[in-house]
Amino acid sequence: MQQQKNFFATQTGIIAVGALIGVLAPLLQKLGNPGNMGICVACFDRDITGAVGMHRADLVQYLRPEILGFVLGSFTAALFSREFRSRGGSAPLARFVLGMTAMIGALVFLGCPWRTLLRLAGGDGNALFGVAGLVVGVWVGTLFFKQGYTLGRSGKEKTGTGLLMPLLILGLLLLRFIYPPVEGQAQSGVLFYSQKGPGAAYAPLAIALGIGLLVGFLAQRSRFCTMGALRDLILFKQVHLFSGFMALLLVAWITNLALGQFHPGFVKQPVAHTESFWNFAGMLVAGLSFALAGGCPGRQLFMSGEGDADAAVFVLGMITGAAFAHNFGLASSPAGIGPHGMAAVVVSLAFCLVIAFSNIRYGDARG
Amino acid sequence: MTDNIDARGLSCPQPVLLVLSKMKSLGSGVIDVIVDNQVGRENVSRAARSQGWVVENENQEGDDIRLTLRR
Repeated sequence: MQQQKNFFATQTGIIAVGALIGVLAPLLQKLGNPGNMGICVACFDRDITGAVGMHRADLVQYLRPEILGFVLGSFTAALFSREFRSRGGSAPLARFVLGMTAMIGALVFLGCPWRTLLRLAGGDGNALFGVAGLVVGVWVGTLFFKQGYTLGRSGKEKTGTGLLMPLLILGLLLLRFIYPPVEGQAQSGVLFYSQKGPGAAYAPLAIALGIGLLVGFLAQRSRFCTMGALRDLILFKQVHLFSGFMALLLVAWITNLALGQFHPGFVKQPVAHTESFWNFAGMLVAGLSFALAGGCPGRQLFMSGEGDADAAVFVLGMITGAAFAHNFGLASSPAGIGPHGMAAVVVSLAFCLVIAFSNIRYGDARG
Repeated sequence: MTDNIDARGLSCPQPVLLVLSKMKSLGSGVIDVIVDNQVGRENVSRAARSQGWVVENENQEGDDIRLTLRR
């Protein structure tokens, strides 16, 4: 049987999806999301972690509908295209730990790769160090792949296993409807809501969820991945995913110019700090973690919606990492890195290297 | 003679790494690649074309997809 053509997996398709995210993310900022944070998978996962009380940093607690939309949108696309496949069993614990290290690194920098681009597109010069860290982290990851690094094969799982993540996300969405934010109250039922800070800045529910669903759907079809963009460029000199990455950056910059959201400089940038080395090092750890786990945090969400239990485990690792990052003072703030941010980077890097070196299979990269 | 690569269950970028490595060692010939998802199919086809190989055939075999690459 000849395979059907998937438009979104073409070069034009990936550029269109990157460009669309480049329009929608700054628009979400205009509609209420925090500065240069129209969409940030790391920050938003962290906000969800706070919303369910796994950390009590009261400035960053909100059940972000965009993230829920990403998983459910991807799930819908996977069903629609008959690509939903329940699978898992490829080194789940290593993936969980990589999720933790990825989140901790990202919270030292203050952003996932998507937000790194959005920060650049908003004029935040500190993000240059983040991009450099991301590139170096992914490059180090490619060195391990060349040496035969693999987390092994995944296998088929029962359908119910692949449905767990979409169901979990659906449950969170129901909680958002049962316990909506109440003016002036830090808690509504079981959910926590920030009263100030980034967690209190959000676009209207219907718009945020709608954009999340749309992006989730299109990203599943196009396989949009910011880490893969850099990895494929470095490893194969292939520009396919990278063209989507650049489209996001350029279109977000133009959209910011049009919306009056472009403010070039280094100081007083929204939800950012100026400790350049740690911006670099945090994102290096995150980039290496994403590379070793095979996807940026957005891609991991989309794959979890397609039935990939290993990607779901990575996401749960990110949630756990976010809880530790705020409970242990590892995460940065606009004032600078956290009291234990340096230790967090060193320890997270050590864990990445243990996973990387211990999963090199000489002579048989097939697991 | 046909060389076979079983890339089922492997995540990105491993299927492409295996295919490129085989292409490099063979130079030309026929390679049969089995993948178990559409992403693998797209990535292997794209990598093959970029190296001047032709995706001669794509067959769905149950849950798997067999790609025949030739140069």
